[in-house]
Amino acid sequence: MALLEIRNLCAGIAGKQILKGINLSINTGEVHAIMGPNGSGKSTLSQVLAGRKTFEVTSGEVIYNGLNLLELEPEERAHEGIFLAFQYPVEIPGVNNTYFLKAAYNEVRKHRGEPEVDAMDFLALVKEKMKLLHIQQDLMNRPLNEGFSGGEKKRNEIFQMAVLDPKLAILDETDSGLDIDALRDVADGVNKLRRPDNAALVITHYQRLLNYIVPDFVHVLLNGCIVKSGGKELALELEEKGYDWLAGQPRV
Amino acid sequence: MSDSDKTIEQFVQSDYKYGFTTDVETDTAPPGLSEDIIRLISRKKNEPEFMLEWRLKAYRHWLTMEEPKWSNVHYPPIDYQSIVYYAAPKSRKPGPKSLADVDPAILEMYRKLGISLQEQERLAGVAVDAIMDSVSVGTTLKGQLAEKGIIFCSFTEAVHEHPELIRKWLGSVVPYTDNYFAALNAAVFSDGSFCYIPKGVRCPVELSTYFRINAINTGQFERTLIVAEEGAYVNYLEGCTAPMRDENQLHAAVVELVALDNAQIKYSTVQNWYPGDKDGKGGIYNFVTKRGKCAGVNSKISWTQVETGSAITWKYPSCILLGDNSIGEFYSVALTNNCQQADTGTKMIHIGKNTRSTIVSKGISAGRGNNSYRGLVKVSKGATNARNFSQCDSLLIGDKCGAHTFPYIEVHNKTATVEHEASTSKVGEDQIFYLNQRGLSTQDAVSMIVNGFSKEVFKQLPMEFAVEAQKLLGVSLEGSVG
Repeated sequence: MALLEIRNLCAGIAGKQILKGINLSINTGEVHAIMGPNGSGKSTLSQVLAGRKTFEVTSGEVIYNGLNLLELEPEERAHEGIFLAFQYPVEIPGVNNTYFLKAAYNEVRKHRGEPEVDAMDFLALVKEKMKLLHIQQDLMNRPLNEGFSGGEKKRNEIFQMAVLDPKLAILDETDSGLDIDALRDVADGVNKLRRPDNAALVITHYQRLLNYIVPDFVHVLLNGCIVKSGGKELALELEEKGYDWLAGQPRV
Repeated sequence: MSDSDKTIEQFVQSDYKYGFTTDVETDTAPPGLSEDIIRLISRKKNEPEFMLEWRLKAYRHWLTMEEPKWSNVHYPPIDYQSIVYYAAPKSRKPGPKSLADVDPAILEMYRKLGISLQEQERLAGVAVDAIMDSVSVGTTLKGQLAEKGIIFCSFTEAVHEHPELIRKWLGSVVPYTDNYFAALNAAVFSDGSFCYIPKGVRCPVELSTYFRINAINTGQFERTLIVAEEGAYVNYLEGCTAPMRDENQLHAAVVELVALDNAQIKYSTVQNWYPGDKDGKGGIYNFVTKRGKCAGVNSKISWTQVETGSAITWKYPSCILLGDNSIGEFYSVALTNNCQQADTGTKMIHIGKNTRSTIVSKGISAGRGNNSYRGLVKVSKGATNARNFSQCDSLLIGDKCGAHTFPYIEVHNKTATVEHEASTSKVGEDQIFYLNQRGLSTQDAVSMIVNGFSKEVFKQLPMEFAVEAQKLLGVSLEGSVG
């Protein structure tokens, strides 16, 4: 059974339909990429999967790990192993990054019926992941995303992902606003976290990121529908031809 | 019998020691205020003549005053003639017999704050015979302090044991003419705390009213006086994070601090009086006058307050910077939820040369709460090179609450530097969603955002107090979102 099964998902905001019947199936061990031009519904899809209430699901269903995902609160989805790396991570002034992450980590553990970790054990875990992702210590001592550069915010998202160790990671345009070095670092981090028992959904509108995070499948989202799916070579084709040639394609 | 059992037994068998004689214990004055009532209070407390005179002068002055109306709070008129101004401890209304009789909402809050059952009984006013911890801690502490010449006792005890000190300092910072509530307090105050740190002594522990068994039920008109002689240092904590049951709706306390040359006083408060129910019924009116005088050169007074309770808070802990190079500080977190109203801030009066003051005020409004910062920075003619920095931040949760800032700045000296920064922000849906997505409930998310906002102030609190204050903010905000 697939880890994530999206069936005919329709959703919108303030009466405006954005997703118009998405079908997508993701198995563990797979990385899927969703590409599409601005306004095609990529970010909406990621936010709907994470449970943001500003979007209204009008029909369809999403089965995640045997659960009816759409019935769960955002925090419950997080407890079940869904992680969204935000396109625009928000700043929470005054809240220490490490303190926040420990609270988040312990929420997941609580949900699993595991004892909370204390500060010492948690710091050991954090140190290990920092090494893995080449994160500077000062990032951990600063308030959550406050005054972070664009690159630091994105690195921090991937770092959180490494610590929280999700089953399904959704990366919403993690490459936007990154210079080439930061892009490589971030992609490197994601690759290190790839395992046969987890999966990732990578949303981007440039092929560039997919040179570093090589997907098993590529889907093209256009006007709220997936119009084409293929292997990693589809990304290169898009890079060459753009999206226009797909406009007349029937939906998948 | 073990030593601790003996201690308990001794305590149980002893009468209320401080200031009350046995026959007083059955007394309750009739409601209302008159010279006779004041004479009764003074007589029952067996006070020296100068105290009675002072009380009477205060009362006569009070009669000429009007209740202030300038603050941004609203409440029905208070009938001062319906209040009972004197009741001996044992004749007060009996408290609940056991925790089973206490309002479940309050018990739930105790549970969330992680307060032990024993402590819960004390706070809820259950008639407990002895509280092991406070007794032993209190006794040990007193011995330790006495060795250094530090006086820390109830106000009533101080009036008897150290009348010369009381005579010298009482009303020296907040005279009875100061304001309506201060005059009322001076006329009828029942008890409070007195603390005296002799020259050159650094108080080795944080003094806390919490440890003082006789601080329980000091009543609605409490008076605190702290004097730090030359080069002395004291860190004083007032209040408690847990909500206290109290029959009295009106509270009008006075706190006076005096710091002489090179002395330092740090005064921290956590105020969590009953705020009333969701519709604002039954909460405490807290009208407090707190003021410190940096009388000596290089002296420093620092106020830190976390105000989460009371239906109405009217409070402006202030510093008179009289000595050259003296420093005044005010750090405040005030939270209003449901129907709570707070009009709070500070006054920094620069008189001496090179005086400095810092104001950091964090107002949090949720529900239909209304939060006002009101502050005065005054630089007098002679205050050469005075400096002030003020920062007033407001955080709004939801769209039915209010935040207001009323800064008053008066500068009469050209060399002064006065800075004022203000900001208003709202807890964003995007912030909450971000934290939700990381596994935190909305409640925890709001609590985390609010604590982050208040961090600069919490840093000023002693560690344990800060941890409790953080929890308290979270609990006080429950149900404010979603």
